[in-house]
Parts: sequence; C-alpha cells; structure tokens
Amino acid sequence: MSAYEAILLTIITASTPLLLAAIGELVVERSGVLNLGLEGMMVMGAVCGFAMAQVTGSPWLGVLMAMLAGIAMSMLFAFLTQTLVTNQVATGLSITLLGLGLSGLIGSGFVGMPGIKLEYISIPVLSDLPVVGKLVFGQDPLVYISILLVLGVSYMLKRTRMGLIIRAVGQNHDSAHALGYSVIKVRYACIAFGGMTSGLAGAYLSLVYTPQWIENMTAGRGWIALALVVFSTWLPGRLAAGAYLFGGVWILGLYAQGMGVGIPSQLLSSLPYLATILALIVISTNRRLSVINTPASLGQGFVPDR
Amino acid sequence: MQLILEKRAQASRLMHFASPVLAIGLTVILGGLIFAAMGQPPLKALYLYFIDPLTNLWSIEEVLVKAAPLVLIGVGLSVTFRANVWNIGAEGQLTAGALLGSIIPIFFASWQSPLALLVMLILGMIGGALLAAIPAFLKVRFGVNEILTSLMLVYIAHLLLDWLVRGPWKDPHGYNFPKSVSFEGWQLIPTFGDGRVHLGLVIALLIALLLYWVMTRTIKGFEVRVIGAAPRAGAFAGFSQSRMVWFCFLLSGGLAGLAGIIEVAGTIGQLQPNISPSYGFTAIIVAFLGRLNPIGVIFAGLLLAVSYIGGEGVQIELGVSDKTAQVFQGMLLFFILMCDTLIHYRLRLLKGNGGAQ
Amino acid sequence: MKKLFTVAATVALASAMSVSALAADKLKVGFIYIGPPGDHGWTYQHDQGRKAVEAELGDQVETVYVENVPEGPDAERTITRLARQGAGLIFTTSFGYMDPTLKVAAKFPDVKFEHATGYKRADNVSTYSSRFYEGRYVIGQIAAKMSKSGTAGYIASFPIPEVVRGINSFLLGAQSVNPDFKLKVVWVNSWFDPGKEADAAKVLISQGADIITQHTDSTAAVQVAEEQGVYAFGQASDMSAFAPKALLTSIIDDWSQYYIARTQAVLDGTWESTDTFGGMDAEMVGMGAFENMPADVKAMAEATTAAITSGELHPFTGPIYKQDGSLAAAAGEVIDLGVLLGMDWYVQGVDDQL
Repeated sequence: MSAYEAILLTIITASTPLLLAAIGELVVERSGVLNLGLEGMMVMGAVCGFAMAQVTGSPWLGVLMAMLAGIAMSMLFAFLTQTLVTNQVATGLSITLLGLGLSGLIGSGFVGMPGIKLEYISIPVLSDLPVVGKLVFGQDPLVYISILLVLGVSYMLKRTRMGLIIRAVGQNHDSAHALGYSVIKVRYACIAFGGMTSGLAGAYLSLVYTPQWIENMTAGRGWIALALVVFSTWLPGRLAAGAYLFGGVWILGLYAQGMGVGIPSQLLSSLPYLATILALIVISTNRRLSVINTPASLGQGFVPDR
Repeated sequence: MQLILEKRAQASRLMHFASPVLAIGLTVILGGLIFAAMGQPPLKALYLYFIDPLTNLWSIEEVLVKAAPLVLIGVGLSVTFRANVWNIGAEGQLTAGALLGSIIPIFFASWQSPLALLVMLILGMIGGALLAAIPAFLKVRFGVNEILTSLMLVYIAHLLLDWLVRGPWKDPHGYNFPKSVSFEGWQLIPTFGDGRVHLGLVIALLIALLLYWVMTRTIKGFEVRVIGAAPRAGAFAGFSQSRMVWFCFLLSGGLAGLAGIIEVAGTIGQLQPNISPSYGFTAIIVAFLGRLNPIGVIFAGLLLAVSYIGGEGVQIELGVSDKTAQVFQGMLLFFILMCDTLIHYRLRLLKGNGGAQ
Repeated sequence: MKKLFTVAATVALASAMSVSALAADKLKVGFIYIGPPGDHGWTYQHDQGRKAVEAELGDQVETVYVENVPEGPDAERTITRLARQGAGLIFTTSFGYMDPTLKVAAKFPDVKFEHATGYKRADNVSTYSSRFYEGRYVIGQIAAKMSKSGTAGYIASFPIPEVVRGINSFLLGAQSVNPDFKLKVVWVNSWFDPGKEADAAKVLISQGADIITQHTDSTAAVQVAEEQGVYAFGQASDMSAFAPKALLTSIIDDWSQYYIARTQAVLDGTWESTDTFGGMDAEMVGMGAFENMPADVKAMAEATTAAITSGELHPFTGPIYKQDGSLAAAAGEVIDLGVLLGMDWYVQGVDDQL
C-alpha cells in the first residue's frame, strides 16, 4: 500500500462518521426541523452499540443497537419539539447534554475493554486491483452504507413522492398542512431517520474507528456534522464532498506535523474549524447556492389550527 | 388516541410560576428513580444532592463562587435568546476575555493599583465582545448561521489559549509547565474575608438587576422582546434586525468575557490551559432554566451551582459517577421546556382518530 | 460582610476539625483524579495505587477519591472538601493541581498533601514523580532493533518537560543501537482523544514509521498498530490485551510502593515534606513482559533494565547533542536534574521542532 493510498484511507475513516451523522440531519432539516442533538444521539449510539457488541459478541447486533439508541433519543426530541412545540435549539442542546451524561453512566462498566471490530469487507480480486483496489473495494461495511445512504437520500429527495412531501413540509408547513399532509407525522419520521444515522455514526466510532468505549468519545464531531449540513446547502452530493474535504484538512494537519514542519500544533489543530467557518462564509455569500434549497420553515414549530 | 395541544386564549399566570417548580419536581422524582435503579438509597442521594450543599456555610460559599460566572454569562444569553439570536459560543468568549484581561498581570505585573484591576475587567469585556463580533459580523454581512460560527470559535479560542500558555505567555520560572505567572495584589479580585467568595458575585448580581431593568423598563428591552416574538412586527416598528444581532452578541460576549477574566483573576489567580469547566455551555441551560428572565437566571444559576456541589458530594459519599450531575442538568432542561409549553397551551387527549379533525 | 465571612470561615474550620477528630482512629486518605479510573492509563494506575494502599493497610485506613476533577477553579474546592471531611493525607495526581494544592494546604496545616509531578512544596506538601524516561530508553533500544525502516512515530500530548524528556530518552536509547535512527513526532494537544490518536498513528505509519509509541493515555494508537501490522508500546499501564500481536512491552507507572510508604509514614507520625523523583530502582517505573521479539532483543532489553535499575546506566549520559548541533553533555557527563526537569529542547535526530 503506497503512502498516498494510506492517507486517503485514513481520510475516509475520519470522514465517514461525519457523513453518517450529517446525512440524517440533512433530511431532518429538509423537513424543516433543526436538531442540535446530534452529539448526544451519536454518543448514545456509540455506547449502546459497544455494550451490545460486548455482551453478545456480535458487532452487527451492536450496530443495530446503536441505531435503536439513536432513534430513541431522537424520539424524545420529536416528542418535545413536535408534540409539545418546545424551542428546537434548546431541546437539541438538552439532548446533547443528556446523551453525554447518560452514555457515561451506561458505559462506566465498559471502559478499558478491548472492543470487537466490525470486519472489513474485502471484495476478492477487485480489492487487489492497483491504485483503486483497497480504496474502493476494501473498506469497512459502514463506509459503503454511508455512500449508499447519500445516493439513496439524494434520489429520494429529488425523484420520489416522499421527497416531494418532505420538501413541501420543510418549505411551508402551513401550505403542506392545507394540502392534507400530516406535517407532524412527516417530521417525526424524518427525525427518526436522523436519529438512526447518528446512532450509526456513533457505532462507527466505537466499533470501527477506535474499537473501545471512552466517555465523550464523539469529541465534538456532532457539531462538525451540523456545520457540514449548512455547508452542503442541503444537497447530499455536496455533503459528501464537504465531509471528505473536512476529513482531508483534519488528516493533513497531522500529516504536516509528521513531516516535521515547524508550525505550532495548535494552529494545525484549529485548521478544520477555521476551514468550516470559511466554507460557511463562501456558501452563505453565494445567494444562488444557499437560498434555493434552504428549507424556509427551518426551526419553526408547527401547531395545526383546529 | 392522540395527544394534542390547544392554544390558551391567554398565557396562564398560574403555569408561569408553577412550571419551574413542576420541572424541578419531575427531575427530583425521575432522579430518585435513577438512583434507585443504580442501587443507591434515593432519598439520601437526593438529600446530598439538593439540600446538603445548603446546610453549612462552607458549601454555601462554594455555591456562590460557582454561581457567579453562570449568572453573569446566563443573563447575557437570556437577552440574546429572547431576541432569537443564538450565541452558543459563550465558552470561547469567556476564554477570549480571560486572555485579553490577563495582558495586564502578565506584561505589567508591577502596576499595582485598583485602576489596574478595573482595566483588566474592561479588557476582559472587550476580549469577549471582540470574539463575539465575528459571528455577529458574519451573520449580518453574509447571513452565516451564527450557531455554528460561534461554536467553532470556541475551539479556536481554546487552542489560542493553549498556545499562549505553553509558549509566549508561560511563566519563565515555571520549569516550562503550561501556566502564566501568578497574579499578585491588585491584579487579583478582592475576596470577602479569607473565603473564596469574591467581588465577581456582586458584579454578577448587579448586572443581572441592571439587565432586568433594561428588559422591563426601557425601549431597548421592548425592542428585544418584539423582535424575538415577531421579527416582522419589529421591522414594521422600525427596529433593525441587524443592529439587534450586533447588540446581542456584543452584550453576551462582553459579559462572558467579563466572567472569564473574573474567573482567572478571582478563583484561579493565573492563566492556565483549563480555565472553565464549561461555564459557557452550562450558562445556556441557566438562561433557559431562568426562562430568559434576568431575575430568573439568578435563581437558575444558584440551582445549577447547588447541583454541581451536591453532585460532588454524592460522588464522594456514595461513590456515584460524576456523570449523574450532567444527566440531572439534561433532565432539568427537558422538563422545564416541556412544562413551559403548558403556559401557552393546554394538553388534551383525543380519543379515537383525532388527527383527521 | 467581610466580618460575616470571617466568622463563617472560623465556624467552618472548627467543624472540620471536629470531624477529623472523630475519624482519627482510621486515617482517611483522599485522591483527586484528573480522569476516570477506567481510562486504562494515568488515572487507572493511580487508582491501582489507591487499591494497593487499601489492601496493605486496610484495617488502619479508609480511602476516598474524586474522579474527573478539572484543573480549573473546581480543583481547589474539591481538595478543600476532602480536607474538610477529615482526610489526613491527600494525593493530588495531576500537574494542574499544584497551586490549588498549595492554597488548600496553607489553610489545613494538619493535613498532609502529596502533589504528583509538580515542583512547589510546603511544610505539609510533598511532591513526587517518576522517571518514566528510564522506561522510554529501554523501548527506544527495542524499537531500533525491531524497526526495518529505522523510523519510529511518536504520538505526544503536550510539550511539557516530562513529555519532551520521554521523546529524547526514547531517541537516545534507539540511537545507542542504531545511530541513524529517526523519530517523527505528532502532537495531538490532548491527553485523551482516541480518534485523533488513532488518526495520528495511521498518518505516522503512512509516513514510514513501523514502530508506534505514544505519550497519551488511550489505547487507540496501540490498536491501530495491531491492525496495520506494525509494533507498538503500551503507556502507563499494561496494554497487551489491546494488541496481543503488536505490543512489544509497556512502560508501567507503579505508584503502589510509594503510596503505601507515604501512608505508613503518616500513620507512624514520621511523614516529612520531601521531593521524590523515583525510577526503576524505587519500583515506581516498571516494564511489562517483553513479547513478540527475538530472544537477543529480549536479552538486551532485560540487561538495559537491570543496568538502569542498579544505577549503572543513566539514559542522559553524554555525549548528547541538541537538535541545533550544540553539545548538551560531553562524553561521560550526565545531564543534571534541573535541566531534565525543565527540558524544552530536542536531541539530534528528532524530525520536529518545538
């Protein structure tokens, strides 16, 4: 394996949890809901997935459990923001807080255990191809799932009736309601999808990336995923590009250090955050890019008139 | 069967006051159940959590020390959130304030006069406001989402602090350990007696009262409430949304910065890599728990401080993980948000297929 | 107001005294931890030390600990709380607790304090630390023997003297076997960020390092080494469970003997303020089993360990050149303790700048 191949592989693993969490949030936001609880849902996914895999010995059951944990947290969010119309920003923050605390309690018995890693899928013959072999055909299964999710969401939003309804609900919930769609049900479903992918992202951390459980192991990745959704202007393809770009900046910072360039490590560590801010500025300045897909009722609660 | 909301004709006065009490009650009940599930005596744990910290002067003092920065940051955020402006980066602004304010003790250690302290506090405010100006500018000028930019700046501010105390600002006689020189004399915030309660508490309370007055008695307060509740109506009334963003960020950033320099010059006495146990994030809960009302924020700050001190007591006495405090705070915020719904809405259970109207 | 608080403080102090008088029959020993005891690194080893005290002196002492105490304004309060609750001896186990420990010690002259890795002492405050760098020298030698590329990757937390000392000692050990040995360093600016440590390990491996070592607390880098088929070393505790094929050995912090001795001293009334900088001779630094290596390498590692333990070999013995080529120690000269304690320069051969 050549050096650049290895770096690209590292970038893919660093980007995948971001992509997983962000693709769900993209759908949630398309339906007009802002869920800031990604970090909390992710960390719950990480701990529940790890615990399940330890107890049963099956990392796949762990992945399943992580998705369920993410969905459970997201339903709490949905109940508050959709049924009780609470403030979405504050509710999202409390999900994050609760998730970080609860995961610590659940995980206290699992700290310091070597984890069970989800096996790589290696497609015979193809993964031995030069240059692209390992990169395209020798990844862990969740990488493929993340890419399938991006393609699936893209198709769903653009080409299906379901996508049309979700976009209508996010664009103007009053008209969608008048047309006879159940705004709240659509949003519940989208929030659950978001919870599921966040849980998957958590499972990626505790079962693939660093197979172990550690408190706060999400380390702010949920927030980066949120920024990526804005960066993507709510388009799945651009989201994937953004996630890999971000992972690239992150890894290159470490790479530069390993090469012995004399830049303070703190500056290199802050590059991803600076890059995020810059990307947000670029996207926001370009009205043509940002306005078209911005869900107009993002973050607003909906109470049907009766 | 379906749960639906029915808008009340008028906001309920009763629920306005009952809601926080109800939320605390629910948190205590669920908390007790969690303790019981963990095999701990629930009543003893709850006593240690919420009552014990108030039973002796030492821990009351510690509660006050802990509450001061929470209240100071929380009141700024309460005004900001009221105006529907989302500054999530108070933690970074706190750091920036601590950095700028520390210039005096680090470079002008010999300047010993009350004026030096005053300048430090003002620089602290400026530092916080400067960092907060970035998301405000980006929001107003380019329409960039302020939640994300203010949050990203937290990481950057932390790394800047880290670089400074490990590099240019480290104590030359400190064996290359990451910390600045210790602040001396008038560059420290005076304390009451030999305890740890310092002038910062008084500053926090005064500012909370001042902001209460601003919010209820001045045109600016009216503007904040109008823009927050109905941006369009605000625009018709001639209030500028952009100016409001600037006002909110400079105010909340300045106060967070002030809290930062007060922590550094009050409780810590030097600059080091960790200066805040996430006060800037906890203050978000404080602001909501105090229902975005400056007076409410004072009580909310005290309540959260009690939960910290109590949580530590529970940890030592019963050997419970420190994570329980975080869970309690999350639950408290949940319940307060839920209960607040009851101020404006009535809950009704519809039998059968009620959704179709 | 001022007066009120003075009265309050006096009352508080008085009540604290009465508590400690009640508990006098059993010595209460307190521990303040920076992380969770389950981190499998720094805090884990301190907690092992605490358990050793319980096991050895359990009938005469009672131990209590507080985990995850941030090195900010909270530290002073937590230490005070332990002192108020009648602890007679308190170990504060992270560098950042230095000033808070001294502040609290001044208020509780009858309580003994032990601060790890600091340099400020008082009549009732001792400091203690380990010569971890001795272990680094041993693994440096092993690395140079086992490496094919002649390059190791070092994942470092923060550029404090202890970490810089470890990097230098590792490279000096390696160069004693292979004078051309190279070292790449990545700073992750954290003691504990598994994701970033794993990324750093992967990057270092892609840059040609076939030995990974780290001065951070998680096991992530060791796991990456296992997966990518390169060698690694454990840090702070025995990490062989995380990488059975890749782990050559671990440097183990062992606080048990020190903690038992100091607790015993308080029980006997012989406790004095001291500064301890113990190494292999004091059993404060230990090596895990030497695994996954040929017999001759193992023999070399054992011989070096024995030589350091007996005092025959000091890792920082000249000739030592700094990175800029200037002489730091002439042949046969040992770098003195003061320089070691404040070390902020690299030896020649480190591919990084401080």
